[in-house]
Amino acid sequence: MRQRDKTGVSPASNDGFLLKLELHSDPRLLTVVRGALERLTEVFGFSPPDRRSVTRAVDEALTNIMRHCYNGRTDQPIELYCRRVPPDASQVADGLEILLCDRGPAVDPAKMRGRRLDEIKPGGLGLHFIRQSMDTVEYHRTGSTNQFRLVKYLQPMTQSRTP
Amino acid sequence: MQISARHSDSTTIFDVTGDIDLANSPEVRKALMREVREKRTPRVVMNLSKVRYIDSSGVASLVEGLKASRDLNLRFILFGLSPSAREVLQLSRLLKIFEVYDNEDQALSS
Repeated sequence: MRQRDKTGVSPASNDGFLLKLELHSDPRLLTVVRGALERLTEVFGFSPPDRRSVTRAVDEALTNIMRHCYNGRTDQPIELYCRRVPPDASQVADGLEILLCDRGPAVDPAKMRGRRLDEIKPGGLGLHFIRQSMDTVEYHRTGSTNQFRLVKYLQPMTQSRTP
Repeated sequence: MQISARHSDSTTIFDVTGDIDLANSPEVRKALMREVREKRTPRVVMNLSKVRYIDSSGVASLVEGLKASRDLNLRFILFGLSPSAREVLQLSRLLKIFEVYDNEDQALSS
């Protein structure tokens, strides 16, 4: 609910932001972010299953940043921006865009495919959950910043309650 | 997250409370592996009725428990899944792989 700091790891546009969170890469903070996303998606007007989807996707994306971009270091910066976006060509209702920014090393897009699900084995499920949960999943490297962009659109029957 | 155990002759029930995520899934994995690999308890049951959220690392810990149990011909059972926990197992196509029951009575009488 505040203006973004132009000196930080900021996205390119500063229009329409609903929420900004700054946190360290400490897994104990994941529950805090989930709590915030649960409330934000409720206010935004998502159905309960879609609220869980958005919260799960953001949680898994943050987990990947903590584990793979920062290799488990718990003191590194992560920023999370949420804003309302208009529908794209394939959608009829507004969406919630979540932008996650970190200063870890660049991510190899080839490693962002997730694993096949026909094997019963632990690990490699996070990316699959993200892709299953969101309408748009994008990665960009801007300068020294990784940007993960996630978008979930309201369904036509869903009535938004935000201004 | 809190995890405690109830033991009987051939069964251990783990009562888990809270979310299972990156911060605490290693604790769940450690408890499961000790019960399965070291103690070789014939039937290990996870009470997830007070777990609201499980992330991919939590699912991975459950899969490790399942695989270790199968390797030793032991049983590994889940019950009391929340909507969110059920969804992640469905998304990972694991819901039919696990032995899942609605409540403790059903789990223990199975």
